[in-house]
Amino acid sequence: MSVQEALREERVPAPVRRRSRTRWVLPVWSWLVILWLSSPIIVMIVFGFNDTTGKFNIRWQGFTLRWYRELFTIPDLTQALVNSLSISLIVTAIATALGTLMGVALGRYRFRGSGSVNLLLFANIAAPEVVLGAALLSLFLTLGIARGYWTIVIAQVMFSIAYVAITVRARMVGLDPAVEEAARDLGAGPVATFFRVTLPLIMPGVVAGALLVFALSIDDYIITSFNAGNTVTFPLWVYGASRVGVPPQVNVMGTLIFAGGVLLALLAAVANRRKQA
Amino acid sequence: MSRSRLQARLAPYYLVLPGWLWLVLFFVVPTFVMLSVSTQTGDIVSGFKQTFHWHTYVEAWDSYHVQFVRSLVYGLVATLLCLLIGYPVAYWIAFRGGPYKSSLLFLLLLPFFVSFVIRTLSWNFILSDNGIVLSPLRHLGLIGSRFHVLQTPYAVIGGLTYNFIPFMVLPIYVALERVDRALLEASADLYASSREAFRKVVFPLSLPGVFAGVLLTFVPASADYVNASILGGTRTTMIGNIIQTEYFTNLDYPMAAALSFILMALLLVGVFAYARALGTEDVFEVNAR
Amino acid sequence: MPDVPTYDDLPADVMRGLISPRMSRRSMLQLGGASALAMALAACGVSSKKGATATGTSASAQAKQFWSDKKQLGTLDFANWPLYIDVSPKNKNDHPSLNLFTQQTGIKVKYSEVIQENASFFGKIQPELAAGQSTGYDLMVITNGTYLDKLRELGYLIALDQSRMTNFYQNASPLVKNPSYDRGNVYSMAWQSGMTGIGYDPKHTGRVITSWADLMDPAFKGKVGMFGDTQDLPNSALLAVGVNPETSTEDDWKKAADWLKKQRPLVRKYYEQDYIDPLSKGDIWASMAWSGDIFQANASGATLKFVVPKEGAVLWTDNMCIPQHAAHPVDAMTYMDFVYTPEIAAMLAESINYITPVPAARRIILQDAAKASGGDKASLTDLATSSLIFPSPSDFSRLHRYRVLTAEEQKTWNSLFEPIYQS
Repeated sequence: MSVQEALREERVPAPVRRRSRTRWVLPVWSWLVILWLSSPIIVMIVFGFNDTTGKFNIRWQGFTLRWYRELFTIPDLTQALVNSLSISLIVTAIATALGTLMGVALGRYRFRGSGSVNLLLFANIAAPEVVLGAALLSLFLTLGIARGYWTIVIAQVMFSIAYVAITVRARMVGLDPAVEEAARDLGAGPVATFFRVTLPLIMPGVVAGALLVFALSIDDYIITSFNAGNTVTFPLWVYGASRVGVPPQVNVMGTLIFAGGVLLALLAAVANRRKQA
Repeated sequence: MSRSRLQARLAPYYLVLPGWLWLVLFFVVPTFVMLSVSTQTGDIVSGFKQTFHWHTYVEAWDSYHVQFVRSLVYGLVATLLCLLIGYPVAYWIAFRGGPYKSSLLFLLLLPFFVSFVIRTLSWNFILSDNGIVLSPLRHLGLIGSRFHVLQTPYAVIGGLTYNFIPFMVLPIYVALERVDRALLEASADLYASSREAFRKVVFPLSLPGVFAGVLLTFVPASADYVNASILGGTRTTMIGNIIQTEYFTNLDYPMAAALSFILMALLLVGVFAYARALGTEDVFEVNAR
Repeated sequence: MPDVPTYDDLPADVMRGLISPRMSRRSMLQLGGASALAMALAACGVSSKKGATATGTSASAQAKQFWSDKKQLGTLDFANWPLYIDVSPKNKNDHPSLNLFTQQTGIKVKYSEVIQENASFFGKIQPELAAGQSTGYDLMVITNGTYLDKLRELGYLIALDQSRMTNFYQNASPLVKNPSYDRGNVYSMAWQSGMTGIGYDPKHTGRVITSWADLMDPAFKGKVGMFGDTQDLPNSALLAVGVNPETSTEDDWKKAADWLKKQRPLVRKYYEQDYIDPLSKGDIWASMAWSGDIFQANASGATLKFVVPKEGAVLWTDNMCIPQHAAHPVDAMTYMDFVYTPEIAAMLAESINYITPVPAARRIILQDAAKASGGDKASLTDLATSSLIFPSPSDFSRLHRYRVLTAEEQKTWNSLFEPIYQS
């Protein structure tokens, strides 16, 4: 027989039978975990259809689509949702811009002070939210700055920059600088190089960072609650309402946001597949 | 030196400047302000004055060391649980996921699209004494009539574990996914059982992910207060609750600032020691995709 | 490896500059500068600039001068607690009394349910008021006690226009006219009053609850709720040990704290406003409760009972007041007096189910009951005859106000009672 055949005969894997007895453990465990993770969501979605009459959405009283129709009938809740969305969009824009620039610098260049910048980012991510929020509140109190919409924006950008910077930096490190050099050789200035060469290449990292910021920002409770003043965001409103009874509209909004997220992810997957094709 | 050379030299500084400035103004400076507030004395009616009253730190520790320790313990337990629960899932998706890897990961993370306040409130509903979990168990005689989950440390730790699973699973998944399959083939060639291969090849390679996951879970879990507020009872108060109360109910800003500082010091010292043993670069590397 | 410029490309002096620890020195300076700046800023401390405090006859002259040039502007920003106003049955966000107000006066009301706790609301508006800025509200509702006192002392409230209070002086109950915490109603008019007693579910407790001592019953272990605050909890505990809170001494406080410590193992949780949900669900069987909450829960289908304990209960009053720098003070005054017409007071009482400050509302509610039928008739009659909404004189003897505390006393008080619910 040939050398290849001999080698193939040598490479006999361990008996499969020994593995198959316990092979089901991992999948079962994982599916149980996924079920556990989803259970509160299922409850939330189901009780968005509850025909409840009282203040408390705790006993099933019949199916209704009423809350989907009356979604925006609580002005404070609607305002809170609008606040959350607008704040998150602004924060995403600012944090992505600042973080991308930092990420590009840290990934592309070696410069004195990059170590301390890295340390700053690390400390920012490692510090607990309570402390970040409380410290900023101390600043505002000392300077007599009233807390409200813009202090929320400031606070959220503050904890988001690092996430974008790190994500973009990782992407940047893997980039071949020859492409940028080629652009410069062809006469492009630094700004043009950045916008027409670098940015498109790191775009997946920027987008990932932006999505992460948006998700962190729209759901943020702790840092926002310290710096919100009278302004109410969606998580703050829900938490406040839980004291006296969460209306079903909250369940519906949660369901719709959830569905929106699913849709976005599916679109991203389809777009990805199309790009590969 | 030519102008463009100088520009090239200064480029990183220009790029870093805006973000760095924001962080210094709204992260570094406030930390020092908070330090300063913590040594002031006074009250909300007559105002606060800087008196370098360091004794507030002693008072803070005296009054609340139980809550500090409790928070660290809860954080640690929740982190360990996240690790034990999440590692197998990360492994399964990375190694057995095949073409469905992204979809499975997505399915895992799907619940976290919903606001965490809503999720935690849902748990409050699910775990209530006469709710959909405990009622049937009680009917079946599996639990006593006084048994309850809510307002116990188990509910709080359960809530913490639940809310931080993604922070543990993602870094571990990323690390496992990068493991070169050829290494596994090689170990099989050398007659290693799958268990040995895991112990000696896969697990050590996943350690940076494990370390990153532990870091990203332990710190926020210890400092959390929302889970304790919604799911907790007496004797489950965490230090985050105390800080929040001092700022917003007692309006005792020096005490609140001192507590925040102690918490930050405890956590950051631990984190830096941990990261030094590992090397910050690695932590970042594994964390980013 | 990225092709970065190397040091060989640079002239010697620049190279020297780069190699020397300029960065570390620079970062040290930055660090030092930042902390110096911070310390300098912080040395100012969190300020509490007092406004002008009005006292005595010069005060009423000041007030008259303040109001002389103010006009009605057509808008009102009203901050209130949640579930503390009438709602139309079809739509929980429509408030008939506010609509009526707009119809009669032309003033549009922007209604915000932003007050969850006196302390946190005070903390929010204090920096704005200290800085001389408007809070964004013309009218707010604050409970008598520590924070109303603080607002008054700091001069953060606008003295009311006594000439615009005709309905008040005509219709207000003696309980809220000239109260001990605001003699002469210089700064406030009562919105609603309430009692902090015990709410319980007879299905679970199996018996009738009549006293604070019942909340020490070992049979209720793990099923008792109490409030986690420094007003209702300590004052009720003082009543539980047989002391009148208004005249209690430090020794009494220690006794009350001991009582609470003894009770601790039985308590499931020290709640804020959120005890009603667990009580309705059956997670707790008996709890410290506000009278109106129980009434409202029952209206939503619960079967809870409220009792004023034998030893006594605390009576508190939420008061309408106008913060400094309010943009539309006259509109606020118009509304405050509007609320004291019996018809409007009846509308509010029928929804809010707390103690209305207008006794004449009772007559109106009985009239409404006569006109109604079925379930509505029953509930309205219940309302008019309930001692929770219209307490009898004998009830008053068991009701007490909060202990008024000086700043020094507050510290001792807090140190005794906070550990009970914070540990």
